[in-house]
Amino acid sequence: MNWEILGIWLGALVTFCLYSFLYRDNPFYKFAEHLFVGMSAGYWVIYNIENVLIPNWWQNMVPPEGGFNWVWVIPGIFALFMLARIVPKTAGLSRLALGMIIGTGAGLNMVSFFQTNAMSQVKGTIISVATGSAWDIFSSVVLVVGVVSGLVYFFFSKAHTGVVGKTANVGITILMVAFGASFGYTIMARLSLLIGRSQFLLEDWLPTIPRLLGLGG
Amino acid sequence: MKYLLAFMTVLLLSAAGAAPADSPDPPENVVTEAAEEFQVRRAIDLEASDTPEDAGGSVRLTWRMETEGIAPDSLGVLRSDPSGAEELIKTLPEGFVMYDDDSAEDGTEYSYRIVSYLDGSTEACSDKAEAVSSAQWIYHGRIGMMIILILMGAVIVYYIESSKRGKKLYIREIAGLTAVDDAVGRATEMGKPVLYIPGIADMDDIQTIASIVILGRVARKTAEYGSTLLVPTSRSVVMSVAQEVVKEGYLQAGRPDAYNRENIQYLTDDQFGYAAGVDGIMVREKPAAIFLLGTFYAESLILAETGRSVGAIQLAGTAMPSQIPFFVAACDYTLIGEELFAASAYLSREPKLLGSLKGQDAAKLFFVILIVVGVIAATIGDYWSPLKSFAEFLRKLVTVT
Repeated sequence: MNWEILGIWLGALVTFCLYSFLYRDNPFYKFAEHLFVGMSAGYWVIYNIENVLIPNWWQNMVPPEGGFNWVWVIPGIFALFMLARIVPKTAGLSRLALGMIIGTGAGLNMVSFFQTNAMSQVKGTIISVATGSAWDIFSSVVLVVGVVSGLVYFFFSKAHTGVVGKTANVGITILMVAFGASFGYTIMARLSLLIGRSQFLLEDWLPTIPRLLGLGG
Repeated sequence: MKYLLAFMTVLLLSAAGAAPADSPDPPENVVTEAAEEFQVRRAIDLEASDTPEDAGGSVRLTWRMETEGIAPDSLGVLRSDPSGAEELIKTLPEGFVMYDDDSAEDGTEYSYRIVSYLDGSTEACSDKAEAVSSAQWIYHGRIGMMIILILMGAVIVYYIESSKRGKKLYIREIAGLTAVDDAVGRATEMGKPVLYIPGIADMDDIQTIASIVILGRVARKTAEYGSTLLVPTSRSVVMSVAQEVVKEGYLQAGRPDAYNRENIQYLTDDQFGYAAGVDGIMVREKPAAIFLLGTFYAESLILAETGRSVGAIQLAGTAMPSQIPFFVAACDYTLIGEELFAASAYLSREPKLLGSLKGQDAAKLFFVILIVVGVIAATIGDYWSPLKSFAEFLRKLVTVT
């Protein structure tokens, strides 16, 4: 028994424990679940300390080359505000930090969301629908009709009746066709994950059994 | 070897004797041109200027290379500061004709030269060019977006103020949202908890923010009906915010005593660790209603299928296009894309949220008109050029560089 085989066996056992959920909830699944959740929580704590707190905050406040940047004390205070939730009397301080996080996140995302989800889409849709081959023309018409009718579907100030309703129906139909394609595509990706796990069990784990039983290999 | 060849050529030409009488050039010129042919190419027309549209600290250098002569191995960018000290700041492969010096200090005048290297030695040098770096306040590539955002903001403020003054703002019925109360009521009747999953993104994500607003409404309903609300989160900050929001909901419902902080718990940041944990909660607690609202990735189907298997009524919503199909397939009601953002306004009927939603609708109407007019202009523009220019103008209006 070496460490590699031990690792393969652990991986296989945890895989079987998790797959046992396909039958029903059971102690093996519970064990694997708690192991997974606990280990990953611990891992992310260390990950955040090593990759977020130290490089982004501590090393800016106390640079390795020396000195002390007082401005970096401010984020530290906000971090302490978050921890103030532990004491009920000071719990309200955490709202300051939360407000800062939510406000900054919303403000920063507004520009990037608007740019990628609105401006670029509109620019890409202002095209001629009478150029190229017959297929190009068909594609352009589908694109324009799809975008416009999709936008109408997401128009909340008007009831989906009459022309608006019919246009919205076209929009949701095109959306559903797109979702169907996306569904099939993603299922293929998930199957490749299953194949990867199966290959691990058949090609990595299974051959170790004869070796452990002293039957060669 | 190259030098030897050049030297031999010069020697041979020198030894060729006097040029024929009808030759237009004297022999000296012939010798000079031949020698130049074997000189290493140097950078010419070097220009240094402040890098445009940036936050400062950068100088842009552009140049051309001579077309005659031997190509250098590489190019060196030399920079002199006001004290006169010159340093090599970058070595570039041959062929480069532009370089941004991102180590410049704003307000300092630098002098630059480009040198040509061949076999490790400096063979030619460009003229000098000077520039001072500075920051620009306005990024002109986003002027169009700024104008549209300001207009949108103004419209939103107008609708918010209208709503505050009591004007009734119409919002069409959103399928699925009417089921929120039914779902909570069903859980109450069955004596089972309500499970709310706010996605796996952090609080800086717009979808999580929208989800948390809806959570407030769900919390209020569960408090009114006396159901248990479970909120497992995958981000510690989301847990803190969720605790605040749920507490507020219970207070509004007049049931602060029913609030249990332990029901809003952090599991793990890990995507599939979180999915495994939530699956465990589903099969053990057997909630009667499950809300999956927020940002989801590959764990969406795992969660939705497990929820379906325990017989819960499920309401899902996300703006992640790749995950919506799974929710559509496995959940009873699905909020598609922007419906998630509209849900908070629809449920709360708060003037700020309603006004914001109406303002966004106005923006959508603007974009629909822009697209329709643009497409007509671009299509007719294929046959009539003035309209083509107009279509280009519309495209430029929404271009962000």
